[in-house]
Amino acid sequence: MAVNRIEQKFADLKKEDRSALVTFTTAGDPDYDTALDILKGLPTAGADIIELGMPFSDPMADGPAIQAASIRALKAGMTAAKTLQMVQEFRGLDQTTPIILMGYYNPIYIYGVDRFLDDALDAGVDGLIIVDLPPEEDAELAIPAGQAGMGCIHLATPTTDEDRLAHILKNATGFVYYVSIAGITGTREPDLAPVKAAVDMIRRQTDLPVAIGFGIKTPENVYNFAKIADAVVVGSAIVNIIEVNIDQEGLAKPELKSRVLDFVGTLSLRKGKV
Amino acid sequence: MTKNTYRSGPDNDGRYGDFGGRFVSETLMPLILDLEKAYVASKDDPAFKAEFDNLLAEYVGRPSPLYFAERLTEHLNGAKIYFKREELNHTGAHKINNCIGQILLARRMGKSRIIAETGAGQHGVATATVCARFGMKCVVYMGEKDIERQKPNVFRMKLLGAEVVPVTCGSESLKDAMNEAMRDWVANVEDTFYIIGTAAGPHPYPELVRDFQCVIGHETREQILEREGRLPDSLVACVGGGSNAIGLFHPFLDDDIDMYGVEAAGYGIDTDKHAASLTGGKPGVLHGNRTYLLMDDDGQIEEAHSISAGLDYPGIGPEHSWLHETGRVKYVPITDSQALEAFQLCTEYEGIIPALESAHAIAYVIELAPTLPKDHIMVMNLSGRGDKDIFTVATALGAEI
Repeated sequence: MAVNRIEQKFADLKKEDRSALVTFTTAGDPDYDTALDILKGLPTAGADIIELGMPFSDPMADGPAIQAASIRALKAGMTAAKTLQMVQEFRGLDQTTPIILMGYYNPIYIYGVDRFLDDALDAGVDGLIIVDLPPEEDAELAIPAGQAGMGCIHLATPTTDEDRLAHILKNATGFVYYVSIAGITGTREPDLAPVKAAVDMIRRQTDLPVAIGFGIKTPENVYNFAKIADAVVVGSAIVNIIEVNIDQEGLAKPELKSRVLDFVGTLSLRKGKV
Repeated sequence: MTKNTYRSGPDNDGRYGDFGGRFVSETLMPLILDLEKAYVASKDDPAFKAEFDNLLAEYVGRPSPLYFAERLTEHLNGAKIYFKREELNHTGAHKINNCIGQILLARRMGKSRIIAETGAGQHGVATATVCARFGMKCVVYMGEKDIERQKPNVFRMKLLGAEVVPVTCGSESLKDAMNEAMRDWVANVEDTFYIIGTAAGPHPYPELVRDFQCVIGHETREQILEREGRLPDSLVACVGGGSNAIGLFHPFLDDDIDMYGVEAAGYGIDTDKHAASLTGGKPGVLHGNRTYLLMDDDGQIEEAHSISAGLDYPGIGPEHSWLHETGRVKYVPITDSQALEAFQLCTEYEGIIPALESAHAIAYVIELAPTLPKDHIMVMNLSGRGDKDIFTVATALGAEI
C-alpha cells in the first residue's frame, strides 16, 4: 500500500526528531531527461518527500513560476503517462522516498480515474494532491483513491474553520497540507503566528502529519516553519532556479541540475538543527 | 432531478446530470458556500427582487422589445422571425442583467471589491458600469489579444473607473482571463466578489447567472403571447459560455418548442481553429465545473478560436452540456465567414448592426428559416450590438476605417 511509504517516512523522521523537507518540481521541466535527473538527485540532496507536479495547461492555483514550469513541460511533450513513467524510473533507484503527485483534476479525469490509480500505484506513486478537488467532490477521486490504497492529501487553508476542517479530514489520508496563505503559489511569505494557530487547530482534530506550503522560499523559512509542522514544502523557489538555468532555446544549461540540488541542500533539515 | 421537467436543476451538489459541480481550490470553498447561502436567501427576499426589477426597468431599460424582423423574414421567405432586442439594453448587450443581480449579491455579502473576466469586453463593460453605479472598486482581467481587438470596450471600462489588467499567459483570451481572475480571487477572498460573466464556473454561478438572465425568456413569453397569441415554434441563440441562450431557453424548456444553440465554428469544426465545445469537444473539468471542453488526448485544454471574442472560449456552461446530452436543445456550428455574412445581411436588411456573437445566431436563422413554413414562429436572441466589432469586421472585409 502506497500510504505505507508515507507513514513509514514520517515514523522514521519522528525517530530522528525532525520534520520533513518536501520539494516540488514539475515533471518534464524543462524536459523529461533533465527532470528525471533532478528527481533522482533530490533524496540525496535533502528531500525527504517529493512532490512532483503534473503539468496542466490552466494551473489556476499557481503563481507565475509554476505556471511557467507547466508550460515548459507541456512544450517539451510531457503527459500524464510520461509523468507516471518518470516515477517508475525513479523507483528503480529509490524505494523509500514518498512521491506525491500534485496537479489538477482534468488530466486524471481524462486518463480515467480507475486506470490512473492502478497505473500510478504500479509506478510507485504514494499520494495525490489535486488542487481543484475540494471535499465536496471527494466521490470523484478521494474515495476511490482511498479504496485503492493511494494517499489522498487534502488541503486546509486560512479560510478553513473548525467545522470545515472536520469535513476536509473525512477522506484525508497520508498527511494534511496546510496552505499557509490565501493566495497562489510562490507569492508572499506567510506569517508564523497564524500558521502555527492553524496547525494547532488541525492537530486537535487529526493524528495525520501536517505539512506547510505556499510562499516558503529560503533556508530560514524552512527552518522556522519546520519547528511548527511535520513537513515543509518548497516549490516555486526551486522551480525559479530551473527557470534561470535554461538557455534561450529552452534547453537546460549544463549546470542546471547541480544548481537545483545545491539549493535543495541548503534547505535540508538533516543537520539535526530542528 | 425529476424526470418530467428540464427546469429543476441543479441538484444539491450543483449538478445538471453529470455536469456542473464545485471544482475549486479549498481556499475558495467557504466563500462559494457563503455565496450559495446568500443567493438562496436573496430569492426569498421580496426587497431583493424589487430592487433587481427596478434597476432592470429604470437603469437597464427593460423590457427589451420583441421585434418582428419583417425584411429579413421576407428575404428568407420562410419562418416568421422575431428578434429579442437585448442589444438595446444599457451597455449594449444582455450581460448587464446578470451584473445587476451579482452586484446586489456582492453588496448583500458585504464585499467592496469586484473582479471580472472579459472576452469581447461586453461583460467587462457591464461590470465596470454596475461598479460605477454602486461605488465599488472594479478590476477586469482581459487577455492581451482581446484588448487589442476590442479597444473601444477597453477605453469604456477605463472611463467607468475600472482597472483593466492585461493577461499575457496562455492564449491571451477569455480562458486565461478567467484563470487570472480566479488567482486574484483566491488571494483576496476577504473583500472581493467575483462577477462571473456567463452561466459557467463553480456552483452556484451557473444557476444564479441563468436565473438573472431568465428575464429574457420570461419577457419573450409575455411579448409573443401578446403579439401572436401563442408560443413560438423555435428559439435560436448563440452560445459561448451560454448565458444569453440559457436565459432565453430556460423558461421554455418544458414547452413543445425546438431550441438551437449556435456554437462558434471558427474556420470550421474539422480544423483545429474553432470554439465549438459541444460539437468538437468532450466532457472534462475546468474553471470550477464539469462540462464539454476543447482539449487534447492528455486533458490539456486547447485554445479556442472565433472571430467573435465573446465566443472564443474552449468550454460552455454545464447546463448546456446537460441539455446537449439529453437532446433537449440542438447545438449547431456556424463558421467565422457565415457569421460575417449574417452580420452584413442583418445590417443591410434590418438596419441593426449585431454583435459578431449574435451574428452567429443570425447565420443559423438564415440557414434554418427558409426550410420552415410561413406560420412557423422563430425567436432569435439578438444578444448584443455590433459597434464594438466594426474594426474586426473591417479587417475581415479588407476595408480601411
